[in-house]
Amino acid sequence: MAKTPEEEHPIKAVGWAARDSSGVLSPFKFSRRATGEKDVRFRVLYCGICHSDLHMVKNEWGTSIYPLVPGHEIVGEVTEVGSRVKKVKVGDKVGVGCVVGACHSCENCNNDLEVYCPKMILSYGACYYDGTVTYGGYSDTMVADERYILRFPENMPLDAAAPLLCAGITVYSPLKYYGLAEPGKHIGVVGLGGLGHVGVKFAKAFGAKVTVISTSSSKKDEALEHLGADSFLLSSNQEQLEASLGTFDGILDTVSAMHSILPLIGLLKSHGKLVMLGAPEKPLELPVFPLLMGRKMVAGSATGGMKEIQEMIDFAAKHNITADIEVIPIDYVNKAMERLAKGDVRYRFVIDIGNSLASSN
Amino acid sequence: MAKSPEEEHPQKAFGWAARDSSGVLSPFHFSRRENGEEDVTIKILYCGVCHSDLHIVKNDWGFTRFPVVPGHEIVGVVTKTGKNVKKFKVGDRVGVGVLVGSCKKCDSCQQDLENYCPQVIFTYNSLYHDGTITYGGYSDAVVVEECYVLRFPDNLPPDAGAPLLCAGITVYSPMKYYGMTEPGKHLGVAGLGGLGHVAVKFGKAFGLRVTVISTSPKKEDEAINRLGADAFLVSSDPAKMKVAMGTMDYIIDTVSAVHALAPLLGLLKLNGKLVTLGLPDKPLELPIFPLVLGRKLVGGSDVGGMKETQEMLDFCAEHGITADIELIRMENVNMAMERLAKSDVRYRFVIDVANSLSQ
Repeated sequence: MAKTPEEEHPIKAVGWAARDSSGVLSPFKFSRRATGEKDVRFRVLYCGICHSDLHMVKNEWGTSIYPLVPGHEIVGEVTEVGSRVKKVKVGDKVGVGCVVGACHSCENCNNDLEVYCPKMILSYGACYYDGTVTYGGYSDTMVADERYILRFPENMPLDAAAPLLCAGITVYSPLKYYGLAEPGKHIGVVGLGGLGHVGVKFAKAFGAKVTVISTSSSKKDEALEHLGADSFLLSSNQEQLEASLGTFDGILDTVSAMHSILPLIGLLKSHGKLVMLGAPEKPLELPVFPLLMGRKMVAGSATGGMKEIQEMIDFAAKHNITADIEVIPIDYVNKAMERLAKGDVRYRFVIDIGNSLASSN
Repeated sequence: MAKSPEEEHPQKAFGWAARDSSGVLSPFHFSRRENGEEDVTIKILYCGVCHSDLHIVKNDWGFTRFPVVPGHEIVGVVTKTGKNVKKFKVGDRVGVGVLVGSCKKCDSCQQDLENYCPQVIFTYNSLYHDGTITYGGYSDAVVVEECYVLRFPDNLPPDAGAPLLCAGITVYSPMKYYGMTEPGKHLGVAGLGGLGHVAVKFGKAFGLRVTVISTSPKKEDEAINRLGADAFLVSSDPAKMKVAMGTMDYIIDTVSAVHALAPLLGLLKLNGKLVTLGLPDKPLELPIFPLVLGRKLVGGSDVGGMKETQEMLDFCAEHGITADIELIRMENVNMAMERLAKSDVRYRFVIDVANSLSQ
């Protein structure tokens, strides 16, 4: 008879899980594996709420395994290390992002691109090497292989740094990979949410001129005064759009709802790049003439490899980049999910696990 | 009163033009400008028939100005040079491709990317600096500014080399720009026509493994035995497509009809690149998930700049690359257009202008 989540592993754990596609989360007792030779165990202090968590608890992508403990922007303090661990020691501040395992022998793994390994294991809702389901960071304790542990410098506020583990790398990686992380480039950021606001901060830190492109004029002040964007383009305003045609080197599109990319392609200069980070479920219309006539491209990107995530965290620490967050106790999580579905958050919820989880069980 | 095509310029010219969107071509008297200080006059020997010519004569894209004399794969001989011309002398064999003018000042022009200049002037159906319409290579002679004329290598046959001036550069440029030239990598070529067959040849010259992707199983023999492709994939066979998923580093998509991108994206490995070169008259559907999860890209490209086109011609001369052509007489051009519409050509018609264009 299959073991229950509580019995499956030797170390007790508590968290909040969704039981079905209603997506409603509630307290959940389960267990974590013993600390292996290469494992790092840490007590979770904070966990960011990523929009993917919302997609997964509601099984919107059809891949969810219930009960589902989400959370892949996990930070905390090391409590135990395996005998062969070199990277960190007890007391260090660490984090885990979207990936906790891979094959380590394919071309992608050998190029520090574990996230693209065909056998890549997600931090939650996936099948681990031992056949058990992975549970994420809406929980009190976490254990992960050293390779998937990120180090946080002492001076970084852990709560505001947690979202870097998914949102941060998701914008950092394509800015580097697609050659957009260079001074003087004009970068557009479409959508001002978890990804978008961090995208503005990184692009500015790379020396780019940044324009926020949004359908909501209410975001203009935030974009310019608070986040430091150089300009704001209201995409529903034809005049503003036309005045900006052919002026962007790159555009990061963080919008996952269905939308037209034709105006965005028009905004690109020749040889410009539109990078899709949000993933609408259905195909979008690709206008071919403008793509060819301007030698433009539409590309995608998803998080990044472990080496690059560490590089991103170090870069963020150096440039004082963290997310703008709303800290919540764990029992607010369902309300937070409702608000997230309406885009009502500036700009990431972060669960104060350390101070609220134990008391909720 | 606006001058007629015959009167607009001082030198008489003769060619074949389409008068309306039926696309039917017929003899046409017009004129060419005086050979200016920077110009060369070229007697046209051969002109390739590009699928764009067919789109334009039928006004498929909605911007044709009739009467239109198509043709932008021109090979000929210099008969006159302006006094400031340095690169050419009378008797030189030269080529003219898709463009004959640009602003020379913008970022694109400054980077030898005249083809992306917002004020680019095309060899036909464009407004020249003097406000007159440009007429293309289905004609006896053309006057072109020196910097838009290419040296045609002596060891390249002028008939089989003519299609390089559009088909050749259209494939060569993105292969270089998008980095599709690493020996040992796997290139897929979708569509085996004018562009596709040249892409196979370039792919092999770059040391790539090449798979032709086509809906027609009967092209397999040609692809493998004559063009030298390594493999052939029938895209309408779901089982074969499934096996091939995630095996290609690059895909050159030459299909100009509306078609599905999703299966092609599935063929790409991680970080794979799909370059689409055909110009369908409606948008294509682009699934975003595979782009995001596989860090893939879909890019466009449109011919190439003058410097790169010359580089491509020299590369072809070095590697013995020419197009596979069917030489036709000018008076058979309408039949050629009909056959082209049905893809019934291996793989480019080339008009033997000098030997068949008569008044």
